[in-house]
Amino acid sequence: MTKDLPPPYTALARHPMMPRTRHDEAARLNFLTHFNRYVSGTLGRGNQLAYESRVLPAFRAEHGRDPVDRHEIRDEMNRDPFHRTWSALKRNSMEMRQMNGRQTVLRQLDELDALARQFNEHSGQLELDPAIAQPYYQTCVDIHCQPGGYHSEERPGDVTVGANYDVGLFATTGGALGGLNDGGGQAVVAWVKANRPGWSPRRILDIGCTIGHNAVPIAQGYPEAEVIAIDTAGASLRYGAARAAGLGVTNIRFVQADGEDLSRFPDNHFDWVQTTMFLHELSAASMPRILAEAWRVLKPGGLMLHVEQPQYGPDMPLFEQFMRDWDAFNNNEPFWSAMHGVSMTEVMQDAGFSPEEQFSIGVRAVVDPTIFPPSPDGGQEDYGRAAIWNAYGAWKAAPAQEMAA
Amino acid sequence: MTQGLDWIARSGARAKGRRPAFFDEPAVDRLYSLSLALMAELSATRERLDTVERLLEAGGSLKRRDIEDYAPDRIAGEERGEETRAYIARVMRGFQQEVEAMEQPDPPIMDIVEQLSAR
Repeated sequence: MTKDLPPPYTALARHPMMPRTRHDEAARLNFLTHFNRYVSGTLGRGNQLAYESRVLPAFRAEHGRDPVDRHEIRDEMNRDPFHRTWSALKRNSMEMRQMNGRQTVLRQLDELDALARQFNEHSGQLELDPAIAQPYYQTCVDIHCQPGGYHSEERPGDVTVGANYDVGLFATTGGALGGLNDGGGQAVVAWVKANRPGWSPRRILDIGCTIGHNAVPIAQGYPEAEVIAIDTAGASLRYGAARAAGLGVTNIRFVQADGEDLSRFPDNHFDWVQTTMFLHELSAASMPRILAEAWRVLKPGGLMLHVEQPQYGPDMPLFEQFMRDWDAFNNNEPFWSAMHGVSMTEVMQDAGFSPEEQFSIGVRAVVDPTIFPPSPDGGQEDYGRAAIWNAYGAWKAAPAQEMAA
Repeated sequence: MTQGLDWIARSGARAKGRRPAFFDEPAVDRLYSLSLALMAELSATRERLDTVERLLEAGGSLKRRDIEDYAPDRIAGEERGEETRAYIARVMRGFQQEVEAMEQPDPPIMDIVEQLSAR
């Protein structure tokens, strides 16, 4: 047996809100977990082989030069028979994951809705605001082929989309996010504790929290802090708040709000503002507005941290950029390509942080290594899905001292 | 089972956003959906068989004749019928969603990419 075998679905923690899976439902997700790893690893390298052996030579013969950007590579690769086959396999796997998750959730929706209502009525950790409009970037397509996105309802007040997200993250990421799908949030906590030992943030804001799987570990890591987790999608927050209550995490509140307008919070209010795998699901118009608001509500001396897939940058080979771009065009992530093409240093500078205040780091999912193998990297990496991220951050400087007159 | 909504039909909901065509012949895209779903189902069946074998080995007993002679009662018959319906819905998803896409067409994803990327 190799060490990198993904664990069975039954290794996931059975928190109270987690939909119950039957034998074959878990078995279908087990199949997809293995299948995804096979498609990204064993078959994924075929893309580079096809590119180097026939696509690039044909391009050079026709144009007398190399491709200048990832878009030119995509146009050529989309005509290549292997890449077409590989893309069809990958797209279908995502669609199957959605359908399998939805069958599990929808057959037991009465129980899940009742349980969520019970948790949320008693915990007081959920604050919905029906006046919050769903942004166009959320409604124009269903993000990563998730029917209904994060926001839609099967019936008023239901938890379908949130529950389905929780059920299937395991398969999508090849089992690399750990027992509570919270390896990203745990990684952030581990980094902060190692780099700011003894720091005790009082107020923490997580923007675009969906079901809170990355915000809850921050609340657990800093039990003295008050965590506010916001999202525009009430349907996901309903599940997320009930999930947190079921886990017994009480220092987090789920609030329906739009990151573009944080006027409910005063300036310099939070010690830490966090987003995790959120920015690429926005738009070019909304991202700077959200980041500017995030800067405004962050205290001097406070921490801003955005966990994302790596930005492309001039050092990343064009072919890798093309591979990482796949989800934008084939998995309903339409801002992915533009977002990963910008300089985060400039974006954060526009939001208020000088380059001197900024830093970037690499983080990997923190999971129980006795059960969960590390996310594959290098040639085996599932570009865009791997639990290996960059974090773009800044410690907000205190304003310069006023000179005494 | 969930009351008041058709959980099997709704589980096959299509994600909004036009699906890329990976092959020149659309039927090939359908065949991929079909054969991959069957691949997953066979995998789940094999896992189930392994479960039966392990349980039997661990102490239970089961006669093959019992399996051959088994006739479900009314409730079990309904449960198995529902499972079969759900099974067919899973395998036929690609075809079903093609019909849904004809009913509710989306613009090309490239239009949306450009819309969201323009500042």
